[in-house]
Amino acid sequence: MEYVISVLLSGVSVGGQYALIAIGYTLVYGILRLINFAHGDVFMVAGLMGIYFTATLPVSESLPLVVILTVVLGFTIERAAYKPLRNAPRMSVMISAIGVSYLLQNTATYVTGGQPMTYPSIPFLSNTIGVAGTQTKWVVIITPFLVLALVFALSLLINRTKVGMAMRAVSKDFETSRLMGIRINSVISITFIIGSALAAVGSVLFFTNYPAITPTAGAMPGLKAFVAAVFGGIGSIPGAVIGAFLIGICETIIKGLPSSWDVSVFSDAFTFALLIVILIFKPQGLFGEAATDKV
Amino acid sequence: MKEKKISFQAFICISILLIFVIILENISMIFPSLPQIFAPTSPLFTVLKKAAVYSLVAVSMNLLNGFTGLFSLGQAGFMLLGAYTYAILTVPSAMKEQVYYLFGGCAFEFSLLDMFEGIFGSAGFGGAVSMILACLIAIILAGCVAGLFAYFIGIPVLRLKSDYLAIATLGFAEILRAIFQWQKLGKVTNGANMIKGFPTFSSFNITDASGNTVLRLSTFVPFLISALCILIIVLLIHSSYGRAFKAIRDDEVAAEAMGVSLFKHKMLSFVISSFFAGVGGALFAMYVANAQAKAFTSVMTYEILLIVVIGGIGSVSGSVIATFLYVACSEWWLRFLDSEQYVGAIKIPLLRNGFRMVVFSVVIMVIVLFFSQGIMGNREISIGALFKKRTPRAERKQ
Amino acid sequence: MANALRLENVTMQFGGVVSVNNLSLEVPEHQIIALIGPNGAGKTTAFNCITGVYQPTNGMIEFNGKPIVRNHPSGKSAKSYKGENADMYAKDAVLCPTPDQITGLGIARTFQNIRLWKSMTVFENVLIAKHQHADQNVFSATFRGNLSEEERMRNETMDLLVEQGLDAYKDDLAVSLPYGLQRRLEIARALATKPSLLLLDEPAAGMNPQETAELADFVRQIRDKYNLTVFLIEHHMDLVMNISDYIYVIDFGSEIARGIPKDIQNNRKVIDAYLGTVEDEE
Repeated sequence: MEYVISVLLSGVSVGGQYALIAIGYTLVYGILRLINFAHGDVFMVAGLMGIYFTATLPVSESLPLVVILTVVLGFTIERAAYKPLRNAPRMSVMISAIGVSYLLQNTATYVTGGQPMTYPSIPFLSNTIGVAGTQTKWVVIITPFLVLALVFALSLLINRTKVGMAMRAVSKDFETSRLMGIRINSVISITFIIGSALAAVGSVLFFTNYPAITPTAGAMPGLKAFVAAVFGGIGSIPGAVIGAFLIGICETIIKGLPSSWDVSVFSDAFTFALLIVILIFKPQGLFGEAATDKV
Repeated sequence: MKEKKISFQAFICISILLIFVIILENISMIFPSLPQIFAPTSPLFTVLKKAAVYSLVAVSMNLLNGFTGLFSLGQAGFMLLGAYTYAILTVPSAMKEQVYYLFGGCAFEFSLLDMFEGIFGSAGFGGAVSMILACLIAIILAGCVAGLFAYFIGIPVLRLKSDYLAIATLGFAEILRAIFQWQKLGKVTNGANMIKGFPTFSSFNITDASGNTVLRLSTFVPFLISALCILIIVLLIHSSYGRAFKAIRDDEVAAEAMGVSLFKHKMLSFVISSFFAGVGGALFAMYVANAQAKAFTSVMTYEILLIVVIGGIGSVSGSVIATFLYVACSEWWLRFLDSEQYVGAIKIPLLRNGFRMVVFSVVIMVIVLFFSQGIMGNREISIGALFKKRTPRAERKQ
Repeated sequence: MANALRLENVTMQFGGVVSVNNLSLEVPEHQIIALIGPNGAGKTTAFNCITGVYQPTNGMIEFNGKPIVRNHPSGKSAKSYKGENADMYAKDAVLCPTPDQITGLGIARTFQNIRLWKSMTVFENVLIAKHQHADQNVFSATFRGNLSEEERMRNETMDLLVEQGLDAYKDDLAVSLPYGLQRRLEIARALATKPSLLLLDEPAAGMNPQETAELADFVRQIRDKYNLTVFLIEHHMDLVMNISDYIYVIDFGSEIARGIPKDIQNNRKVIDAYLGTVEDEE
């Protein structure tokens, strides 16, 4: 029983961390129709920055700095690698995203020397606490609540503010929004800024719970978060969050199954199997809208 | 008529290339005083072998992405299938105990190599025949397994639109990787450990009775197989089916309205591309002399995709040229960036392990952003143009 | 006279919008029949139903007397179905061929917004349309097992280009042709599939009066030369009145009139549909 609770707890927490990344994917895809392959690597870079900053600065200064610099990174990637290709075929932009991902991973290898880096223990978050008889870190408990609070704030932003309205308009119809005088480029930049900020927060939560960061540490959580976004219906924030929680929980359950079954290698594969099933049977996801092409 | 002439010219070119490779490979044996670069251990031959293997994979990816307009990211998965099929089929029974020692031997006692050695003998000329036949059949079967798998996943996946297709094929590749690492299948796949002991490229070097190499063929073999496969792909692209693929790429709706069955042709392209990716996987296993699932990650697919982009999406010759440049840069020419260098007494800043790949990815980004056509765009190096002067466009019109 | 094409109660509904409503019409063999109507009337949607791009929600389409497309609302679409005759085809098997299968039967089409293959030459554009009927498989084609077949396809393509006066441009990129010739190339490409019924979707769109006038003769010519039936959508009234044997008029998806050109010209409903209803105040 205690084991089940601890598995569920960590599942919810992993799910929350995926959710923070998944929102970045779903926002960008909703607006640019681009699978931002580099998003997972932005998340990884945020983790590395956390390590380097906490080594020299106090936590209270370094964490905000991580968020700010991740936002700058996300913004720069969009301006440098995606904006010049605004009128190019979608495939080119995706290739550019893969290129950025490759660049970030290689740069991280260079900077870290390819060694796995240990994430520092953040006061409070890393402290342990006993819940229902199991020992766990505070971060596990806090994550879901923090995620829900952030999602709530984000939905207020999207549904109640002028910027949010512009974002919704652009995601419905790129060209018409431009004709209606919406500054497309600022809307896209804001999207990337929000996505990166959430990824930075996610990285703090995620890596506090994990032993080490390698340069490819972002790729898998990134892809899983993308699957979560597809599962929930790409473009839909509640969908992405629900998808992320589901994937996080399933994954920890698979990892927690008796080791004699030896199925833990499938914890990643499961996510993709889920993706394929969803794409085949309900390609628009749980809350997405079906699109029709005009001939 | 024209077709025959071009085919003949292509045949001549490929033969010259292959003869050149044999000479290059063996020249150090005839003239031992030549510079170090011609020695069999020099990076030159590593690059040539790897590039020969990769160019086949890149061209097969280009067939799908560049000529049919299907953005698939499953290449590493199909290579994995090919590599394992080849490895499992050719490891000699005598080696199996040792390779699969963690699992107490292999569940699959059969070995093509043993089978043919049983027929033709294992020594001398008979041994050579068995080796060639075993490898050839295993390579073809490697392609077939990959192609068959592509057929089954193609049924659901090929209905998906561009980026969903990409992510779904990527997903299948990851699932395959997990399955092949599963310890429960250890008796077949050797779990997460590598399979080795099967014939590699250097097995094709001809030795005399005392074990000294008489004729090196370890670079020639990958060149031969890759060239043959690429030739087949080129023939396909220039056939009626290749034109139908391009029609789908340019405009699906029009292609369908003009009688090109989307499903059938997408499937054909997908299966053929995967077949050659499987063959490429088998060659890759021969090149690295082992088969291990963890080598075939999505990073490998990205690498191949970037090669295709650098060469020009929709150009076979571009893909081949780009592969050789890419492999030469990453394995050889840019190696110096990874170690500390001094100009006089001054240490050049930044140079240390990993810098090569940073420079490399920056170059790739520059190409993607500013030279999106790649080296060749969608043009080809025409063999005909090598043989005759081109007539200027204006003249032809009149 | 036998009908080349017959639509029976064809309804196409997208979500809650009925684009084509219970449309029935006949296209007799060897005639030129026009489908007209204001913008957004559902003409192209009707074409897309015939050619298999869309599967109609309800109704049947016959080609040369045989049903080729048939559907009835079922499952989710039955609940939201707004059209008529929902039960009429409920017992019949559903037929939903893909566009290439329809083309294989002998129905070819052109597109309202020209859809040529952009990276290919004029010659290749026509040559690909020959692919479907070629006697080959992927192995014989790749390994050049049947060179005479390829030779035949090329010769036929060349003949067609000569007949259509496009041979001078055969090595040019299709998109580099002037607009009028692109339209003509699209027709040539459709003819290459050896159709017996040709669907033209606004063949005169974007043409000047001179070209439009020539187009009428051209359509008659190819009809006679290739023994075709022609069904066309057009906005140029001069052209429609000039070449049509019979005209169907639809508005908001439903038929509002049918008749020979003279009758349609004076039909009050048609005039209202095009110009808006004028209230008689006097």
